[in-house]
Parts: sequence; structure tokens; C-alpha cells
Amino acid sequence: MFETELFLEALPILVVAFLKVTLVVTVASSLLAAVLGLVWAIALRELPGPLARPLAFVLDFIRMTPLPVHLLVIYYAFTGLSPMTVGILVFGVHYSTYMAESYRAGIESIRKGQWEAAKALSLPQSRTWRAVILPQAVRNTLPSLGNWAIAMFKDTPFLIFISVPEMVTRAREFGGQNFSYIEAMSLAGLLFLLASYPTAVLMQKLEKKLAY
Amino acid sequence: MPTDPGHDPTTDAGTSGAQPRVRFEDVRKKFGRTTVLEDLNFTVERGERVTLIGPSGSGKTTILRLLMTLEKLTGGYIWVDGDPLTHDRRDGKRVELRAKQVAEVRKRIGMVFQQFNLFPNMSVVQNITEAPVHVLGQTPDQARDHALDLLDKVGLRHRADAHPMELSGGQQQRVAIARALAMDPEILLLDEVTSALDPELVGDVLAVLKDVAASTDITMLIVTHEMQFARDVSDRVMMFDGGRVLEEAPPEEIFSNPRHERTQKFLEAVV
Repeated sequence: MFETELFLEALPILVVAFLKVTLVVTVASSLLAAVLGLVWAIALRELPGPLARPLAFVLDFIRMTPLPVHLLVIYYAFTGLSPMTVGILVFGVHYSTYMAESYRAGIESIRKGQWEAAKALSLPQSRTWRAVILPQAVRNTLPSLGNWAIAMFKDTPFLIFISVPEMVTRAREFGGQNFSYIEAMSLAGLLFLLASYPTAVLMQKLEKKLAY
Repeated sequence: MPTDPGHDPTTDAGTSGAQPRVRFEDVRKKFGRTTVLEDLNFTVERGERVTLIGPSGSGKTTILRLLMTLEKLTGGYIWVDGDPLTHDRRDGKRVELRAKQVAEVRKRIGMVFQQFNLFPNMSVVQNITEAPVHVLGQTPDQARDHALDLLDKVGLRHRADAHPMELSGGQQQRVAIARALAMDPEILLLDEVTSALDPELVGDVLAVLKDVAASTDITMLIVTHEMQFARDVSDRVMMFDGGRVLEEAPPEEIFSNPRHERTQKFLEAVV
């Protein structure tokens, strides 16, 4: 019942979808999420309470509501945007709220004495962040950011909700056309594994390399 | 035991000529409901070395931390060369200064911490040049030359490019001293700088500090349990208890002839 021929036939189609959609969305959204997450984490610490509290609420709201709902809302609310753009923005913003938590943990792991030493040297707050706190905090945060990027990667099939032709969508189409889903679907799964496993290993190596 | 010099700092704030280097005026500090300092008044003259002693919890470290603006005053004023540090008196009212004004006066003060607090992501020399370059506006070359001179002084020039984690505690603390001195502070705060060190490393750090005391006219406020060191470098010793100055005197006097029984007991316990 598993036809090797169909499997091989699906291969180029899925690889192209993987490279053109899944990978592009994952990389672009990860970068967006990594930058936005850092912005949120710093803003939550630096903004005065009346501004920080609403921001924290919005971030909690995003984090605690399902990703497909965001995709659909933004997709129908901004019809001028291409599905791919909506995908990148929504994934980026959604995961930035998780990454903000990781950054926060990284920042809080920096001992109070580091802030105090910077203050005793009269370093401006911006310089303290850039030269003292973030180099140490981001180092602690990177492995966790990598894990979120892998999690995001595995969420890309949600793009089917807004008709972005990513890999699993293609696999389903292929299965429908050939009256057999198992080959294309298992291939899609295999491609996910082939991509995320080396990334995870890479992140572990990075983590070790970054340790003091 | 307030030691009020009897002039109103508001009348001549800014004209720093005759002002004491540091003046605490009715300083109060509470942590939550706990009062750590209560209406504290004292002055430190230019170039004076003052050691604060007393049982733990008597508020010594808090005094240094208030001066470094690491803690917020609950009440009262701190004046540095007659300039307000965090709060000013305007028309008889106590007004909190803006961060920018605080930063200007804070630049005159440096601090060395019990836990060294070097930046682990920077090399030794970067630790020392960071603030001179980014706060004082020195060129990287100027700052580096100065840093290497200071490392010479603390005996660590050969470790300039090492990372703090590769150094012993005593070496780290000597780097921290060089880092504080690189800002050319008028006032140096030493907060139990040998308390976290293995006993055999204490001597080197104290030797460096004695050298600094002998070769500069930096005003020093010292919190230490090293009574011999206090005896060697300080002009005056202040004994604290319960957030108040119990007594103060030159070291030879207070160590050989303490007036209060509390001081006597404390000294017996630590020496």
C-alpha cells in the first residue's frame, strides 16, 4: 500500500514547497520574533507602569490565544496583504511573545551587581543594556530562542488556514490527486524531521560554545 | 550624635570651596517598615579617610549605597561638595532631582563592591576602559594607556587581556579597584572589599588600597572588618549601631580607648 513511486514523485514538489514557503516563513518570522521579543522584554522593564501594564496584557493576550485564529483575523482584516506576508507577520508577532519571556528570564538571570557596577561607573542606561546586560542575557537566551524557532517551524502547517501553499498543504493536494495520502504525508513528516533535528543539535552546540 | 557644621547648604550650594566633600543631613532610610538609618548627620572632609564600623545591620553599607545612589533616600539630603546628590531644598521644600542632574554628581563617586561585580563578557582592560570611553569621552587609546598604568599599579598588567573568570578573587578585586580609579573619582566607596576573599588573598588587595590611599588624595569611605587596615588608612572611625553614630574618633583613640561599651564589645568580637 506504500508506493515508492508516489513517494519519489512527491519529493521534488514538497522540497520546493519546503524551500519556498516553509523555510522562508520560518526564517523571516524567527528573525522578526527575535527582534520584537527583545523589544518587548526591554520595554517591559524600562517603560513606566502605566505603559508597561497594557503592553504586558497585550502580550499575554496574544500568547494565550490560538495562532490559527490570529492568522484568520489578520488575513480577513487586511485583505491587501499577501497570504505569505500575513503568515510571516502573524508567526513573527505570535512567537515574539514567547521569545520575550525567554529574554526576560535571560535578563533576570543577570546578577543585580552587574547593574550596580554599571551605575557606579555612571554608564548611561542604554550603554548598560548594550554593553553589559544584553551580551550576557542574550547568551543565556539563545538556546531557548532556537527552541522557539523549531516550534514555530512545526507550526507552519497552520498556514493552510490562509491558503499559503506550504509543504503539508502541497502534500494534501498531492494525496488528493493520487488517491493516496500516506506517501506524501510521511515524506512531509520526514522533511520536518530532517530539518529540525540538525537545527536542534546545532543549538545545543551553540549553547555549549557560548557558556563561559 | 549629629556633627552639624552649622551652615545652611542652600545659601551657598554650588560654591564648593569651603564645603565638606560629603554631608549627610537628617538622612533617613527605611526598607519597608524597617528603619535602617534615622536622622543621620555627618560630614566627610576633602581627602579624609573615614571607616565605618559596627555590627551587621547597623546601616554602614546602606550609607555607601545611598551615596552611590543605589538606594533611594527616604528622607533628608546628601550633599557632595555642596551640590545636592538626589534631593535639593528649594523654598524650604524637598525636591527630587532629575536623573540627569543626579548623573552629573554621581560621576565624582566610585565604588568597589564586596562581590567585585566585574563584567564577565569583557576582558580585564575592557572592564577598565568601558566607562572612561563611554562616560568621560576618552579615546580608546587614551583609556587603554590609562588602564594599563592602573593595572601596573595593582600588579596585574600582564593579565590585561584575560577574562575576569580566569582570575582569582583577589585579582578580580584589584581589577575592580583599577576600574573605579579609571574614572578619577573624588570619592571612593569601599564596601567590604575583602569579605568575599580567601584569607590568603586579602593582603594583596589591602596593600593596593594602602598604596592608593598613600599616593592620592581621594576621599574614602570604607566599610570593613579588617581593623588593622582601618587603623592604617583612616583618619577617623565612626562606630554605628542601630542606624546611628554611636561614637567617632581617630583610629588610635577608638581602638585603644573606646568610650562606649557597645564599641568595646564590638571591637573585642572582631579583632
